[in-house]
Amino acid sequence: MSESLKPVTAIKAPVHLEFSYTAGRASTRFLRGMAQGKILGQRCPECGKVYVPPRGSCTICAVPTDVEVEVTGKGTVTTFCIVRIPSDSLSIDPPFTCAHILLDGADLPFFALIQECPFDEVRMGMRVEAVWVPKEELGPTFESIKYFRPIDEPDASFESYKEHL
Amino acid sequence: MAAEQSRLSATHVLEYPYRRSVGPIMGRFLTGLRDRRISGVRTGDGSIVVPPLEYDPATGAPVTEFVDVGPLGVVTTWAWVTTPRAKHPLTQPFAWALIKLDGADTGLLHAVDAGSADTMKTGMRVKPRWRDERVGDIRDIVCFEPEGS
Repeated sequence: MSESLKPVTAIKAPVHLEFSYTAGRASTRFLRGMAQGKILGQRCPECGKVYVPPRGSCTICAVPTDVEVEVTGKGTVTTFCIVRIPSDSLSIDPPFTCAHILLDGADLPFFALIQECPFDEVRMGMRVEAVWVPKEELGPTFESIKYFRPIDEPDASFESYKEHL
Repeated sequence: MAAEQSRLSATHVLEYPYRRSVGPIMGRFLTGLRDRRISGVRTGDGSIVVPPLEYDPATGAPVTEFVDVGPLGVVTTWAWVTTPRAKHPLTQPFAWALIKLDGADTGLLHAVDAGSADTMKTGMRVKPRWRDERVGDIRDIVCFEPEGS
């Protein structure tokens, strides 16, 4: 049997982790908001920062964030990266651009895909808006937002987001 | 608590689809398994290490001499698995054991299908149960089983 076969030089050794994730109270509120086409955050009662998505507490003040705030899908690109390496787990072909987006009224950037724009035209300060999946496909998942796309507004000044990089 | 407030929960899977190159020493061990042969290496002090190491653990010198061992061996230590998990080699309760194959000086970690923990004993003789379709992988040995079975 061995004569016809080549010596073994490699083995498949996948690392497979399967776990059940339970969203806490704050994440559950956020995800249920996603299912209704809303972006819900929470404001810290002490420092006033708005966390989107909310985690239920302010890590700086160490207090619960129980004031709910709805923000719009409009925001500013604070920083970004161009993905050029293909992977089986990606649903789109590279190159494409992912960005940190600071939603208007929020104090924590949000990581998302940018589309409807050449990948190399994405820039810091660019104004963008969320594009949602069709209403009947909305669900309690981040995937309810398909991606962000540019909007016809002047770029935000560096001063306006420099604290959020 | 209103239904709208009940916590969400979902199953997440994270997988890294690694393919590892095994090098010439481990490659030869795995190629041997495909032919129902278990081989180890001889180190400077004359002991036989199975599965093989690429370097002599005492001196760091590369190993050069391959030696076939087994296929029977002796259980030197073991732990019983009452509830096998999805990725375990057997679906029924089994033992993880260190098996010192005849001619070897070190233990090979593998599963032993002994039926029940009462059958498992340190010092028991076991033999490999080979897979029909062998590809050059440690799972070419399905498990070990008591010599008389």
